[in-house]
Amino acid sequence: MIAGALHALSDAGTTSTGEAVLFWCLAPIMVLAGIGLLVVKKAVHAALLVITIMISLAILYIAQGAVFLGMVQVVVYTGAVMMLFLFVLMLVGVDGSDSLVETIRGQRWIALLAGIGLACVLVGVIATAVYDAKGFAPEAVNNNPQGIAEILFGQYVFAFEVVGALLVTAALGALVLTHRQRLVPRVGQKERADARVAAGATLTPLPAPGVYARHNAMDVPALGPDGRPLDSSVPRVLRIRGQEADAQEFAARIDRVLAGGSVVAGKQFGNPDSPETAPTEENQ
Amino acid sequence: MSLSHYLVLAAILFSLGATTVLLRRNAIIVFMGVELMLNATNLTLVTFSRIHGDLTGQVMAFFVMVVAAAEVVVGLSIIVAIFRTRRSASVDDVNLLKN
Repeated sequence: MIAGALHALSDAGTTSTGEAVLFWCLAPIMVLAGIGLLVVKKAVHAALLVITIMISLAILYIAQGAVFLGMVQVVVYTGAVMMLFLFVLMLVGVDGSDSLVETIRGQRWIALLAGIGLACVLVGVIATAVYDAKGFAPEAVNNNPQGIAEILFGQYVFAFEVVGALLVTAALGALVLTHRQRLVPRVGQKERADARVAAGATLTPLPAPGVYARHNAMDVPALGPDGRPLDSSVPRVLRIRGQEADAQEFAARIDRVLAGGSVVAGKQFGNPDSPETAPTEENQ
Repeated sequence: MSLSHYLVLAAILFSLGATTVLLRRNAIIVFMGVELMLNATNLTLVTFSRIHGDLTGQVMAFFVMVVAAAEVVVGLSIIVAIFRTRRSASVDDVNLLKN
């Protein structure tokens, strides 16, 4: 009932004051956003400005009694189309900003002139035309979706079916257009593993650095089962920087151990035949 | 306020959209200009529907929206396909037919 009063036109074809206030609030925002579309650099900002215009348009539709169309505007345009735009912006790269360098000489001024000329022609035609505005009856506004459905599924039902076919075609077309044919066979986990084995690379994880119980700093190479230092155990960054400890030092010590010249924790390594005299010395 | 204010607003928005198409070189922003023109047309249709007191104009606007949705899907996939081959979304770079 309130909606009916808001949409009602006076006998002279003018709108209610509330609608005029709404219009004069929204129209400058929309025009400013439209001008912003011409000047912003980033495509994301342009998308946000277009979303502003579309939501304002939805409000204007509802103010004009096209309740169903206002809702469709929000759902289809703001919700689906502009999100699709943002999604493609994400694919293309958000920083894909427009270059403001003119490639065609004078294109900017010619385009502005053409735009202003078009606006003058359109506004001139509209301003001089005389309308006999009838407006909707209040019950027509309150039953707006039913009224649209009667026309859509009555008079225009065939066009509605054709539009359905168009949507299916567009979806298929988008699938075909964005489908990329594979030029090289897919390299999965199995192919990668096979390639590593064929190349003779290390299959196990690399040994951790450090000689435990002696020196476990990151720059000390681990010792292999043969007592030789393993260069690959030191992190690559340290090796490239030349910050790894001298492997030779630790190799020399292990050589001494193997030769039986060192006593560790009461045991003499490398020479099982030697007498058990060492523990007493160590315990003192 | 008379209803022709809505029509003037739609005309201004349509011109802004057309200028965007002429002025900008990023294909996605150009496409947004096309969308703005379609939206301005919809506002005209809705306003004329109210002027005539006939819902057919709103049905037309509804059809425009559906066709625009289909058009956006195809157009954006073309932009993505061009971006894949040319690594650019600028309309200046699509010049294979030149010369």
